[in-house]
Amino acid sequence: VTEGEEAISLVLFSGTEDRLQAAAVLTAGAAALGRPVHIFLQYWALDAFRRDRIDTPQPLAPEAGAEGKAAFEAMRAAGQQTWQETLRMAKELGEVDIQACSLSMDLLHLDQDQLDPLVDGVEGVAAFYVNAGEGQLLFI
Amino acid sequence: MTHEAATQSAETIQLDARGLNCPMPIVRTAQAIKTLTTGQLLEVLATDPGSVADFAAWSRSTGNEIVSSSVEGGVYRFVLRRK
Repeated sequence: VTEGEEAISLVLFSGTEDRLQAAAVLTAGAAALGRPVHIFLQYWALDAFRRDRIDTPQPLAPEAGAEGKAAFEAMRAAGQQTWQETLRMAKELGEVDIQACSLSMDLLHLDQDQLDPLVDGVEGVAAFYVNAGEGQLLFI
Repeated sequence: MTHEAATQSAETIQLDARGLNCPMPIVRTAQAIKTLTTGQLLEVLATDPGSVADFAAWSRSTGNEIVSSSVEGGVYRFVLRRK
């Protein structure tokens, strides 16, 4: 992809379904613009990418409340893609690299073979910053 | 001139993105434009309320031209030309 501008980097911390959905939408949008996306999975976001957990819907953020939960479920019922599907599509469309934070791997006692194939590898924070370069960085 | 004639005679591809939420209209457009040849046209229908701003930004960023855009009854119609 040659038309791309600067890379976007996303640090995913939260493992709630709505925040993962928001991150997937931001990733797909960047991929559609031809921008490379680096994703760094920490803590509870990493836990949601476990092979045995990724297809189980996670809870929403507390601020969603009952009304937000109903709205979210209605959108799903209307056919909105899940965050996993959106991320897979983004990876097919553009340059999206998803890395697990090595500290979080230790914290959760995970090996890479326990993670969904969406995850490309494991790295530390130094590698993440160097790969992020001068582009924008978001924490979700 | 012969190049112009050739590009204008190439088939316009249709993409119906009505009912899709952000970012799917732009994602589907980015997927579809890859299948076109340079100069070929893509006609997109969308209902996402961010469409006008999103297609303008996508065009600026990727260099694919918006040949025309209109809205009627809540349906946005964009004709795009592949770079």
